[in-house]
Amino acid sequence: MLRTALRNVLAHKARLLMTALAVLLGVAFVAGTLIFSDSVGEAVKNASAKNLKDVAVSVKATQDPDAGPGRAKDGKRSTALDDRLADRIRALPGVQSVRADVTGTATLAGRDGQPIGNGWQNLAANYQPGKDGKDGRYPLVRGRGPASGGEIALAENTAKAAGVTLGDTVRFATDGPVLTKKLVGIVATDDPAVTAGGSLALFDTATAQRLYLHPGQFDELVVAAAPGTDQQKLTSEVSQLLPAARAQATSGRQLAAEQARMIAEQNSALSKTLLTFAGIALFVGVFIIANTFTMLISQRSREIALLRAVGAARRQVVRSVLAEAGLLGLISSLVGFALGTGIAVGLRAVLDANGAGFPDGPVVISPSTVLASLAVGVLVTVLAAWLPSRKAARIAPVEALSTVEAPPAPRSLVVRNTIGAVLTAAGVAVMFWVSTLTSGKDLPIAMAGSTLTLIGVIVLAPLLSRPLVSLAGVVTTRLFGVSGKLARENALRNPRRTAATGSALMIGLTLITGMTVVGHSAQVAMDKMAGSGLTADYKVTTSTFVGLDPKLSAKVAQVPGVTAAAPIRGAGFTVDGGPGHGTGSGFGYVRGTNLDRIGEVTRLTFTQGSLAAVKAGGIAVSQTEAKERGWHAGDTLNVEFYDKKKARLKVAAVYADNEVLGKSFASTALVDPHLDRFRDDELLVKTAHGGSPALAKNIREALGDSPLLKIQDRDALRKETAGQIDTIVNMVYGLLGMAVIIAVVGVVNTLAMSVFERTREIGMLRAIGLARSGIKQMVRLESVVISLFGAVLGMGVGVFLAWAGGSLVGSSFPAYALVLPWGRLGLFLLIALVVGVLAALWPARRAARLNMLEAIGAQ
Amino acid sequence: MSFAAAPRPAVPARATAVAARATDLSKVYGQGETQVVALDSVSVEFGRARFTAIMGPSGSGKSTLMHCMAGLDSISAGSARIGDVELASLGDKQLTRLRRDKIGFIFQAFNLLPTLTALENITLPMAIAGRRPDQEWIDRVVETVGLSGRLGHRPAQLSGGQQQRVAVARALAAQPEIIFADEPTGNLDSRSGAEVLGFLRESVRAMDQTVVMVTHDPVAAGYADRVVFLADGRIVEELHEPTADAVLDRMRMFDAKGRTN
Repeated sequence: MLRTALRNVLAHKARLLMTALAVLLGVAFVAGTLIFSDSVGEAVKNASAKNLKDVAVSVKATQDPDAGPGRAKDGKRSTALDDRLADRIRALPGVQSVRADVTGTATLAGRDGQPIGNGWQNLAANYQPGKDGKDGRYPLVRGRGPASGGEIALAENTAKAAGVTLGDTVRFATDGPVLTKKLVGIVATDDPAVTAGGSLALFDTATAQRLYLHPGQFDELVVAAAPGTDQQKLTSEVSQLLPAARAQATSGRQLAAEQARMIAEQNSALSKTLLTFAGIALFVGVFIIANTFTMLISQRSREIALLRAVGAARRQVVRSVLAEAGLLGLISSLVGFALGTGIAVGLRAVLDANGAGFPDGPVVISPSTVLASLAVGVLVTVLAAWLPSRKAARIAPVEALSTVEAPPAPRSLVVRNTIGAVLTAAGVAVMFWVSTLTSGKDLPIAMAGSTLTLIGVIVLAPLLSRPLVSLAGVVTTRLFGVSGKLARENALRNPRRTAATGSALMIGLTLITGMTVVGHSAQVAMDKMAGSGLTADYKVTTSTFVGLDPKLSAKVAQVPGVTAAAPIRGAGFTVDGGPGHGTGSGFGYVRGTNLDRIGEVTRLTFTQGSLAAVKAGGIAVSQTEAKERGWHAGDTLNVEFYDKKKARLKVAAVYADNEVLGKSFASTALVDPHLDRFRDDELLVKTAHGGSPALAKNIREALGDSPLLKIQDRDALRKETAGQIDTIVNMVYGLLGMAVIIAVVGVVNTLAMSVFERTREIGMLRAIGLARSGIKQMVRLESVVISLFGAVLGMGVGVFLAWAGGSLVGSSFPAYALVLPWGRLGLFLLIALVVGVLAALWPARRAARLNMLEAIGAQ
Repeated sequence: MSFAAAPRPAVPARATAVAARATDLSKVYGQGETQVVALDSVSVEFGRARFTAIMGPSGSGKSTLMHCMAGLDSISAGSARIGDVELASLGDKQLTRLRRDKIGFIFQAFNLLPTLTALENITLPMAIAGRRPDQEWIDRVVETVGLSGRLGHRPAQLSGGQQQRVAVARALAAQPEIIFADEPTGNLDSRSGAEVLGFLRESVRAMDQTVVMVTHDPVAAGYADRVVFLADGRIVEELHEPTADAVLDRMRMFDAKGRTN
């Protein structure tokens, strides 16, 4: 029977092509993911191992509880690691050398004046030349290492982003005023924080200490040991030298183990995500494989009946079909694996080109990857062919003898519909329940409910196909006459087939629609949050958490064109909800601002009390906050600020929720006494004519033109928040794209096989006068109808799931509300239409080119 | 089972005109060594309002003749005309249109689209042409072939004989200039076959329809007004007003001749 299977695969090469393509793409996805994450994981592991190669012991300063939050009175950190300690460690037997590191942050401005990267990725360190005058950790690309207080070296990409070259004066800031130094060196680094969009600045050790610590102090001592030294022993020896509770020694081996674990964790999270999408793609493929084998078997039923008649057992028939599937799966998987290897290599190159900054390394193809990819491909194909193979076994030997071309009686859908209805109902019920949940922790329930609903609808799809396809058919019949009518009838002819084909497309579209709707709703919510209430033209913040000097707001207000500048700084407190003072106890946060100006930078609407009452020394609370805590204008709150000072605050007003002002606000005078760091978190600037790049530059200059300054107009603010969602949604589009492509392959497959099955009908239609163009039109419209069926179903389910699951997202966005992106949805429908037309290209051409006489005579 | 008296208006006096004509028609398949001459300079006329049967052994070219005459297959040499239209001069689009508007077909099997009801199948050629069917005429045809109660059924719900009657009705419904039938009774039992042949003959007699039928069944040929015998791509014999026995005799004769050759 294996020979029969092999012959069948070879005989139906063309017909199996599309199925093979579906398996191939799915396997490529899996293999690509595995190879990609293996290769990147290996490369990162190698890179970090290289960094830790010479580390025998690492000594890090722990925060000194007595010195405030690690800071001396001058605002700089203080550590217990100093030159004396370093020397004592150097004196230990077995120690080869000790690297004494100072680390901090230094922010440079990019060409646009805005800070480069995120605050915590703007690294700074001390350059430690060895005997040869060079620091092996930061290999020089050009120039030399910084050697005096006026010099700086930068990583290559940092210098590029800042637009500076050797000899230029570099402006930067740590957390205070603008500093300038001369660029003397460009170094290379493979620190992922730097390569992935951050920056790196190097100073000589004394300068670095002045900037971040105190002279003679370090953040970390890195001990290199002579060959043959016992790391464990050395670590405990080093530990004994350390002042108790102020520093800690860790062996290099332990560090390496921790790092490896972290990398593995990150890597597995990434590959799990990718594999999920690969799984979706394969799941979509299952429908296509099952469809193909069902069609092949019905086409071959007489052949199978003959086999049965000459003595093949049912089991042998099943085995033959499964062997055919296995063979197909194996061949497709092999090709898919090769393609996957290419995808892995290409993906890395593409991501690297976009600044992902993966360290270099070879492509890693582990035996388990090969096995897993092939096994997945073969298993999925065989599993998908299992039901059709059972159908093949049921073919009676007598069918070989029948001469009448009788189409098999359609099997009843009652059982399927019942199961589908139960599953769908259960899924929908779960989702309705989910729609009442508000915690992000309930996500697994939402996912289970979504899966249940999706599977339920897939099972119900044949039932649903009738009304939906009929509806589409009314349109096609009206528009395209007899071709449209025939297309509808063909799509209705085999509901299972239409449903399976449509389902493949539906799965991708459900997920895409769900993502789009949730993403869009979140975006609108963020837009609202970013824009609602904000009438200011610019928001000024700093890229680190240093904040702005309060004196600056007055300076900015004097810039010509600026009509108002309102600072915002806040203080946290706990409120004691005693009797008569309102019921809501717990944490609170009050923003202090310039009450004379606040009305100009934000839209304020009071529901109780007035701004005047707030000016008189009270606080204003937002409507939601007031409602949740049960506060009213006139209440007095007993609060304790974070500086442990107690106060009685009078609720003077209640205002409509406002994202700029948050839960409550008051005058700066009320807040200031409780701040240990007297800095503005943000500064809102209103201008006379809506702002301009020139004005933004003037504001920047008035503020001292520090590289830390972020000056954003409303558009930039919106992009900053909403842009992230866009990126995620686009990534998901890309990942789900594979599932959609496979689904399109499925439509092509179904049509091609249908055309083959209906050869004689098509011949007859041509004979009685349907032109080639009519035949093409018929196939094309059937394709479009099936595609639209899948799309509409998928979009319907997607919108429903997005609606139900939206409440979970809503928990993190107060302004979240379901907003349907009609433009996008319309676009999806249009794409489905185009997909339908494109998928029909080849089958329609084939149908139109059929030789009429052969077609009529075909058996 | 007889057609109502009213004859179709546009039909000229019977037996005088020619509905289709082949002149030195040749059809050659393949090239060089593998060349097969299916039709060898055949000249034949099919009279209007006549029922002509084409007979001959397998490979005699009878089906090829029909295919060429019906615009289903191309012509290697010579001429084939439907009415005044020379088929050799027509492109695929024009041929398709000709088949749609001027020709009716009845095949041995698989005449009907399984997705359409009997009535939809009957009116399909008009639907393709975008023409509104002549309801009165359709009613008459349907009634004549005895399908009145089954118009809403799909082919799968009809017996083989009923399916073939739907096919006849479809061929008649569009009022074509000529109907080509290719072994229309090949898949039917003798009773259903007789019914279908009866309808065809009746359509010729009462409605002045022109029918050309390919068959190898002498009984079927016995229903025709005239039988044309083909052998090796040539017309070898003709019989007018044949009986089944006469046809059978001729065939035995050819057979004998074939053996002695």
